[in-house]
Amino acid sequence: MTSRKVISVKNLVKKFGHFVANDNLNFDVYEGEIFGFLGANGAGKTTAIRILSGLLQPTSGEVTVAGFDAKKYPEKIKKSIGYMCQKFSLYQDLTVSENIMLYGGIYGIRKKVIKERTNDLLKRLHFEEYGNRLISTLPLGLKQKLAFSVAILHEPKIVFLDEPTGGVDPIARRQFWELIYEAASEGITVFVTTHYMDEAEYCDRVSIMNDGKIVALDTPTELKNQYSASSIEEVFVKIARPNRN
Amino acid sequence: MKRFIGFVKKEFLHIFRDFRTLIILFGIPTAQILIFGFVVSTEIKEADIAFLDLSKDEVTQKISEKFCSSGFFRRTDNLYSYNDIDEVLKSGKAKAVVIFGENFGRDLTSNGKASISIVADGSEPNTATFITNYASAIINDFNREFVPDGSTDKFLVQSEVSMFYNPELKGHFMFVPGVIAYILILICALMTSITITREKEFGTMEVLLVSPLKPIQIIVGKVVPYFILSFVNVIVILLLSRLVFDLPVKGSLLLLLAESMLYILMSLSLGLFISTVSKTMQQAIFISLVGLLLPTIVLSGFIFPIENMPKIYNIVTLILPPRYFIVIIKNIMIKGTGFLYIWKETLILIVMTAIFIGLSVKKFKIRLE
Repeated sequence: MTSRKVISVKNLVKKFGHFVANDNLNFDVYEGEIFGFLGANGAGKTTAIRILSGLLQPTSGEVTVAGFDAKKYPEKIKKSIGYMCQKFSLYQDLTVSENIMLYGGIYGIRKKVIKERTNDLLKRLHFEEYGNRLISTLPLGLKQKLAFSVAILHEPKIVFLDEPTGGVDPIARRQFWELIYEAASEGITVFVTTHYMDEAEYCDRVSIMNDGKIVALDTPTELKNQYSASSIEEVFVKIARPNRN
Repeated sequence: MKRFIGFVKKEFLHIFRDFRTLIILFGIPTAQILIFGFVVSTEIKEADIAFLDLSKDEVTQKISEKFCSSGFFRRTDNLYSYNDIDEVLKSGKAKAVVIFGENFGRDLTSNGKASISIVADGSEPNTATFITNYASAIINDFNREFVPDGSTDKFLVQSEVSMFYNPELKGHFMFVPGVIAYILILICALMTSITITREKEFGTMEVLLVSPLKPIQIIVGKVVPYFILSFVNVIVILLLSRLVFDLPVKGSLLLLLAESMLYILMSLSLGLFISTVSKTMQQAIFISLVGLLLPTIVLSGFIFPIENMPKIYNIVTLILPPRYFIVIIKNIMIKGTGFLYIWKETLILIVMTAIFIGLSVKKFKIRLE
């Protein structure tokens, strides 16, 4: 990789009392990369994402996101990242454009700019006629795509996607990933957690967490070679459940 | 600041777009005031009474005129014998009979003392009580005119206390402060806890927390609209009680509004606290309704006097904010007293607000960890 690091994590430890949620994590993420973050439930993914997005303070270690130290400048980090979580994050009782206006406003974008970007966005998603529809009237696949577009409305350096495609049908998921590729090609770094192993194959690089540690990190092809597996799913099973094989 | 305003705007949109929220915010208070005012009427107007005047002199004439001109009573019949009393009460023609004995006039002029008997229809205990109370009040009044240097009857002293601030025994005087107190705490606490747990439940809270908005901005932004609307509510209730029930604010309106703001703030922070301890909207609604509605109505002194409660309940009422606010409003609205008489209650409300906010902040931080 020749491009610049946008996330750098060195010896990250996060403890809750005696429980170690993140045990000495080390990894870098590069600009424009699609970085897959895999792990079973309770492996420590959510904690790591919360630290990276400035919601939690690390117990020790160095974390730099978008050029800012996560310990000192969590507020600056918040301005340069986008976030979309598993639960659907737009307001159902507001219209499409009201939602966009709200999030744009929260991120301090000027009204005129928001309007321009809203038009672009709706055009790109072929949504033009939906601007004044309430979110609650849209199908889930559309909502999800819209939520992603809103998460990158303020043109963040990095966007964190926490299981963005939960509950969406395969076709909509495929379309959703097209949006992710498009964002990445525009230079936005995508940090994504997922339960769908086929989605892991779409990532540039994949890290797999287990019990608070990163146990594997490489390109999907390399990982498959290393573990002599035919798919990431197999790799994941071998790592997460080593005793059963 | 611009971010913040956009956020507040969105909260208003939530409110105005949801019919149910609007009903709770404005429909219920208005309905409550009108229901309590008209249906749960605790006063009487033009009750039918009959007179049995065996003395037939100038004084008895005066007294019965006083009865009828008071607006509370209407003469339906003049009786001529004790035997008619049973008949007139049974037929329902009169709710009570006022009896002047044969020697009434003579006794009064010679001894300075005479007694009137009032026989009321006890099958309607409430009405009967009111009628006798009103009647004794009227007699009391007459006594004062007749014997200016004071009176001898025990009855008079008793009724004087309950009538002092409410000479017409207006029922609205009792319930308007109570309705304001319980409507505000219920709506503020309920709506705040719902609106915040809703964001938690829908996952939008997480997105907001990751955004550049500070947690304090999020909380304040969610609470501000309810603060404003609740304040509008106070004004609506006061206007309704003025226009519909003719109940003025005797004391300082400014003080009343300021105290209302404090009380709204207290209720909002209580709602905030409820939202930090409940995970779902249902839980929040349950806590707000069960935990607040019943105790407020039954124990805050709104309907039942606190002084008459058994000691243990009396102690329980000490932790109920409405209890203090009711005292505050009654003082300002009805007695017209100033801040000096209610500073203790005000202080207690301030302390309660601080406690709820403190607890919420603490809880909120723990949850983030």
